[in-house]
Amino acid sequence: MSDFRFIEEKIFRVIMFISTAVIALALLLILASILYKGLPAISWEMLSQTPSGGFYFGKHGGILNAIIGSAYLSIGATALAFCVGLPVALYMNVHLAKRKKLINMIRFFLDLLWGVPSIVYGAFGFGIMIFLGIRTSLLAGIVTVTIFIIPIMVRGMDEVLKTVPRGLLEASLSLGSTKSETAYRVFFKQGFAGLITAFLLSFGRAIGDAASVLFTAGYTDSIPTSLMQPTATLPLSIFFQLSSPIEEVRVRAYASAVVLTLFILFISLLSRYTSKRYQKNKIQF
Amino acid sequence: MKLNFKFFTIKRHLRDKLANSWMLICLSFVIIMPLVIGIGLIYKSGPLLRENSLSSLLFSSDWRPMSGHFGLLTFIVSSVWVTVLALLIAGPICLLSSIHLTQYAQPYVLKIMHPVIDILAGIPSVIYGVWGILLIVPFVSHDLAPFFGMQSSGYCLLSGAIVLAIMIIPFILNILIEVFKTIPNELSEASLSLGATKWQTIKFVLVKKAFPGIISAFGLGISRAFGETIAVLMVTGNVTKIPTGAFQSGYPLPALIANNYGEMLSIPLYDSALMLSALVLFVIVLIFNGLSRIFIMRVEKNT
Amino acid sequence: MEEKPKIRVRDLNIHIGKQHILKNVNVDIPQNKVTVILGPSGCGKTTLLKSMNRLTDLYPEVKVSGNIFIGEEDILHTTTNITEIRKRMGLLSQRPYPLPMSIFNNIAYGLRISGRIQKKTLNTRVEHYLRQANLWDEVCDRLKDPASALSIGQQQRLCLARGLSVDPEIILADEPTSALDPISSDVIEKKFIDLKENYTVVLVTHILRQARRIADNVIFMYMGEVIEQGTAEEIFENPKEERTKQYLRGTFN
Repeated sequence: MSDFRFIEEKIFRVIMFISTAVIALALLLILASILYKGLPAISWEMLSQTPSGGFYFGKHGGILNAIIGSAYLSIGATALAFCVGLPVALYMNVHLAKRKKLINMIRFFLDLLWGVPSIVYGAFGFGIMIFLGIRTSLLAGIVTVTIFIIPIMVRGMDEVLKTVPRGLLEASLSLGSTKSETAYRVFFKQGFAGLITAFLLSFGRAIGDAASVLFTAGYTDSIPTSLMQPTATLPLSIFFQLSSPIEEVRVRAYASAVVLTLFILFISLLSRYTSKRYQKNKIQF
Repeated sequence: MKLNFKFFTIKRHLRDKLANSWMLICLSFVIIMPLVIGIGLIYKSGPLLRENSLSSLLFSSDWRPMSGHFGLLTFIVSSVWVTVLALLIAGPICLLSSIHLTQYAQPYVLKIMHPVIDILAGIPSVIYGVWGILLIVPFVSHDLAPFFGMQSSGYCLLSGAIVLAIMIIPFILNILIEVFKTIPNELSEASLSLGATKWQTIKFVLVKKAFPGIISAFGLGISRAFGETIAVLMVTGNVTKIPTGAFQSGYPLPALIANNYGEMLSIPLYDSALMLSALVLFVIVLIFNGLSRIFIMRVEKNT
Repeated sequence: MEEKPKIRVRDLNIHIGKQHILKNVNVDIPQNKVTVILGPSGCGKTTLLKSMNRLTDLYPEVKVSGNIFIGEEDILHTTTNITEIRKRMGLLSQRPYPLPMSIFNNIAYGLRISGRIQKKTLNTRVEHYLRQANLWDEVCDRLKDPASALSIGQQQRLCLARGLSVDPEIILADEPTSALDPISSDVIEKKFIDLKENYTVVLVTHILRQARRIADNVIFMYMGEVIEQGTAEEIFENPKEERTKQYLRGTFN
């Protein structure tokens, strides 16, 4: 009886260890297979040129259009989302600090929004575009992605601002600052590194998402010069190139995947760094 | 000087008002957003719903857009298949791993796994799709299917489910780790001092205590898996036929929307049908997401 | 003093990280008596109590050295299975932690995990232990309810019944009344006096009056060290150490 108890535990410990190992291994496999396939295909030409004639049959050119397009789109969307998201997060934690029930309701709403699949945002954005008579464009893409990442950014910032000690709010108010001054001067400064982390994570989301820009930003071989032009994006360029029957084009898709992966890894490392900074700077009461 | 001071207070007052109202505008924007999306999708799927009843659309598998038949059942069934399979794979792995990480592993293992989980969560869907095509599709087609005595191109529900499982693992695992961490140590101590082994304590006490949290985590995983688009689209094959096995191709709902946006304006009611699909997706995800979160909030209140 | 002590702690040192929590602790705990470990909070009382049950094993950052003899066996250096040792001691913690199951199963849990048991015996055993903790009359018609539905006082008595259910020799109690109302505290205290007939009771507390009410033996601790130990009479009427006197007078620090 008691022997059996320990054998069972031993067996499960092995299975549990394997489960954890599988997760770590999955990440390694993903990174390794993408790098293995894609790294040899990366060239300066690929990174520095837009597609030229015959690009989609394996001829010359690169994916600069998608790189620049993705950069425009995600920088635009993250900046816009920041302008909307920061005030919301601050308002929740400064002005509504005493109304716990209301805050929890808002958090619930935001979490719901966070869970909505990006394809739904894409379809919704497309519906609005038809309604307003706008064509696929950088602007439409930016707006859709903005709506898509706002809940992610607000909840991220909210988690940071939640930890700002209440004493700080009271101290600032008792010195005669208004609530919004407290929000922007005290809370913003106190949570700065954490806010940057939330910003970076949302940026990673924005640059990596394909489903929301599929309908709204369109696709083009040239670099957009105005907000009303359609634009290519990295995830879509990977997606389209990979569905080609021609081997050379597919290899380029792998290379593009390497570019996107490395970029995401960079952002991820950067946000780990800023969040560590944040943990250090936090004033303990 | 006096005038200056007055000017300054007026300016400060004005600025404060501006800041406050901008905050309120943003907040209301965020809060009415789900409503706007819902109403927008209902409005756009209206034309189709006026000609067909909702149940005839949801429970018919007759999908012939050219002749005006828009039965969504095939796609809904495919989505359910991939989601359930993905949860069957990811659920046990996450549960076992979270127990390992919180109860058995040395602290440094958790320190290693945190960035692993974060990076997995951050990898874009399309990269998962590429990986699926590179590794999972051949694996399923050459190894897994023959092993079960089946034939498969590899572009099938199981491949989609495997890729999806890896995508939702970081999501579920993070919640489960939190759930196990919040269980007070005294509860384990109580069980151990009754002569239970560590494993018995985990099995009979900790898992039971964590049960509501586990259910919520799985519910959130389902809502995440159900709406995933690009990665699933890339590996499930996209064949319009009700699947009857894991090695067959499928055509999940999000893939339907993503694949056909090009044609949707050229066929009457097609756009309306796709908006309805998006609406169905939206509602299902909201229900799973909302219920799981309400459930977890209830539990937090009770403890 | 003619009888051999039930528990003998020898040169016990405990470090948590870089902190030295217990310093060269030597303690004798006599059989069938209520021994109270007294001292201001944060002096290492709880740690000493938990080390007797080897619950310190749960925390990897806790380092233990020395010997703890229960009877003849050194539980810190033994080949005996740790679960068998723990079964010989019932634990009552500061706040009640009922297991996440029904009232009945809270008691049945300890009986079930240690081996097969017939349903009929199980029922009578559960009733027996609930009666021992003066709880039976209050819960006999709702045994299937979750234990969390009970009041805090009832929960703590449930935990006591649960601790008794595995037939321990020793009862370890860590400020068991600190979360309770006066009436429930009273029940628990009286129970300890009854229990010493058959069990050895070790009680951690910082409430002086509680110690005076029920202690046979007293161990006074301060800053991780045992300052003084002896019978209740010796310590309360005739303390030798200055710090003990101060603490008893309530003029500590």
